[in-house]
Amino acid sequence: MKLSKIAMATAGASMLATSAFAAGHEMQGRDGHVGIIYWQAASILNPYLSGGTKDIEAASLVIEPLARYDQDGNMVPWLVDEIPTVENGGVAEDLTSITWKLSEGLVWSDGTPVTSADVVFTANYCMDPEGGCQQLAKFGDVTSVEALDDLTIKITFGVPKPFPYGPFVGGQTPILQAAQFEGCSGAAAPSCTDQNFGPIGTGPFVVTEFRANDTISMEANPNYRDPSKPAFATLTFKGGGDATAAARTVLETGEFDYAWNLQIAPEVLDEMESAGKGTIVSGFGTLVERIMINLTDPNPDLGDERSTVAHPHPFLSDIAVRQALSMAIDRELLTEIGYGQAGRPTCNVLPAPAIYASTANDACLVQDIAGANALLDEAGWLPGADGIREKDGVRLSILYQTSTNAVRQDFQALIKQWWSEIGVETELKNIDAGVFFGGDQSSPDTFQKLFADVEMYANNFDGTDPEAYMGNWKCSEIPSPENAWLGGNMPRYCSEAYDGLLAEMAGTADIDERARLAKAMNDMLMQEYVIIPLVDRGRVSAHANTLEGVVLNTWDSELWNVADWSRAD
Amino acid sequence: MSDATIQAEAKNRSLWGDVWVQFKSHKGAMVGTFVFVFILLAVAIGPYLWNLDPTFANIRERNQGMSWAHPFGTDQLGRDTLAQLLQGGRVSIAVGVTAMLISLIVGTAIGVLAGFFKRIDGLLMRTTDLFLALPLLPLLLVIIMLFRDTLRKAFGPETGIFILIVFIIGITSWMQTARIVRGDVLALKEREFVLAARSIGTPSLRLILRHILPNVLSPIMVSATLGIANAIITESALSFLGLGFPSDFPTWGRLLYDGAQYIDNYPSRVVWPGLAITLTVISVNFIGDGLRDALDPRIRGR
Repeated sequence: MKLSKIAMATAGASMLATSAFAAGHEMQGRDGHVGIIYWQAASILNPYLSGGTKDIEAASLVIEPLARYDQDGNMVPWLVDEIPTVENGGVAEDLTSITWKLSEGLVWSDGTPVTSADVVFTANYCMDPEGGCQQLAKFGDVTSVEALDDLTIKITFGVPKPFPYGPFVGGQTPILQAAQFEGCSGAAAPSCTDQNFGPIGTGPFVVTEFRANDTISMEANPNYRDPSKPAFATLTFKGGGDATAAARTVLETGEFDYAWNLQIAPEVLDEMESAGKGTIVSGFGTLVERIMINLTDPNPDLGDERSTVAHPHPFLSDIAVRQALSMAIDRELLTEIGYGQAGRPTCNVLPAPAIYASTANDACLVQDIAGANALLDEAGWLPGADGIREKDGVRLSILYQTSTNAVRQDFQALIKQWWSEIGVETELKNIDAGVFFGGDQSSPDTFQKLFADVEMYANNFDGTDPEAYMGNWKCSEIPSPENAWLGGNMPRYCSEAYDGLLAEMAGTADIDERARLAKAMNDMLMQEYVIIPLVDRGRVSAHANTLEGVVLNTWDSELWNVADWSRAD
Repeated sequence: MSDATIQAEAKNRSLWGDVWVQFKSHKGAMVGTFVFVFILLAVAIGPYLWNLDPTFANIRERNQGMSWAHPFGTDQLGRDTLAQLLQGGRVSIAVGVTAMLISLIVGTAIGVLAGFFKRIDGLLMRTTDLFLALPLLPLLLVIIMLFRDTLRKAFGPETGIFILIVFIIGITSWMQTARIVRGDVLALKEREFVLAARSIGTPSLRLILRHILPNVLSPIMVSATLGIANAIITESALSFLGLGFPSDFPTWGRLLYDGAQYIDNYPSRVVWPGLAITLTVISVNFIGDGLRDALDPRIRGR
């Protein structure tokens, strides 16, 4: 009651503010105040000293990289005029260097110009061996970063890099001001609290008060490069609580305008949205819930050779069986039950970014029990006395394992039922997540060992470039006792053609060509049915109905376009 | 109570007749017996009368409340809750009773032997201490890792896990019984009637069976009733960790854990299995209480 009164008062006040500024429509700060709630509080505003998403995203309000990813995972120039490529000469022919050119006339929020020296300083700041930089992986293989002139920066790599967009692309590696961070390199980095809590940046907002692990207050950057932005004069970045409480403040009480990463049961979230104060938005990355088929025999009688390539699987090595298993699954229903708006059905193990997403396998979106039955009949798997299909004394009886998790157990129960409709018997097994993903050499229940016929889990990759991810399914990645069960090739899939495509990708710089290769590899895995993708799991956030311009982005900071946010009239 | 039984009692009083008379006078015990027998009958015969498949997911009818088609509603996958309760009760009660019997037999045997024979007292009690000191969860992990595949192969997934769980729960819950029984036996051993029996040359075995055991029945009964409850709960905890029965195999504990996350929107999903567990445990406790009174010669007849 009381809360709703306050909310109404706030809404009234903001309406007044809007009408008062209606005349100066293009003015910065015309829409008053915006409140953002992250249920994990930010503890620092320097992404180089923290790997936490909440810190990186809070910092993205203030400091910016040279280029960002948009909602489709494509690069967009941010502090530069164009993305360097081999075609425009920005990337060397031998793929060992990349040259960035800053836009003219950029200034920091304190009014001083942004120069290449700031970029070089930032690179050296992160690569300082004593600094403990959290984003060092982004600077992998970098041998030197040098300023060619005031606006031009050349990054040189020790090896050819077909995808040289690690440093300074995306919210993890923004540019710091050299003048401010000068004394903070190396071991001194964590002790520079003033700098780390209030970096000077080029972003739309500047920090006015930083309370670690609680609230950050900000105001519009007076020197922002677009004088009409941001639309909000002040901003509060509130942290703490839990996802449910954060969702309530936006969807039910209207205290805040934007809530991040709402991992809540779909039914609960829908109920909150029906209060009518806010909207749920979802964005999809690369996290795919999938079933991995074991192409090798997990029979315990085989001892040390269990689940190794020495013994092919008695029936899952038949592609007809694998295809039938995939056809029998209703992915729409699984998504609806397990994830609601936080998921979408997928037929690809590489569902995003958009340019890498294949459309060749979309037939799997429709469940086809009759088709699966026909396929098995044709392949000679005929129902026995108990309704379970068999051929030459081999019964289609599957042990299906996954980690202990309510949604996964629901998935198991449903899939077991669908498989029983095509004459496949399924035994379910769930393993504590700590053991399943733990990688303990002595445990028989790890997901690498795969002492079962099929297993289900979710996996994704960091960033937007899928090369390393697709490399999981090359022959040398097959887990076995020889490599201590390390490696990501759970299906034990091995194809010379696949390995060939992968080698080709490693030597290709052109982004469209890389996309073609990645799609080809994805299609190969899908059409061999060695991986059965189920659901593409996304990120869910919520914004107030009065907040306009929100574009949920899973490839960069969710607050990447905060400068474009405004209040609806 | 018919006239015939009264006459029969009057004519020929036996130990168990006296026990029955005393037991009947305990109202709680009679109600408990009635409820327990009802639950037993329900889970034994129920699945034949209510013949919906407890594991069949009828997606179109999920999250339903009470109706004639589904008297206790359905769960998030559209599985009938009543059918699941009946089927789950079979497993839970079987696990509870069997595990209780194992721990009872082991506990009583060790307690009586340790109390009665001084020579092996130290050894047996240190063994008990050893078992008490064993951390339960790591032990379970090791046992399940070592024997799950073997038992699964020999008896199938459900029976194999049943044997394993019953054995594990039984073998890790007998220690309290053993300690209590030993204490009582130590005190009884020095009583006049035991000395008298010993002085006329009664052999040890007869002494234990005839004089000691009937007198320590009450603590045994109490730990037995607690044991059933404990076993049902432990089984559900194991299922929750993924060490128990397959996840689509309903037991009361699993239904309770699965329902817990929906407690806000569909409280009935927790209420039904919770009620079933509670009723079983309370009724068994009352039966135990009645039996204890009935078996104690000092209380009987008052």
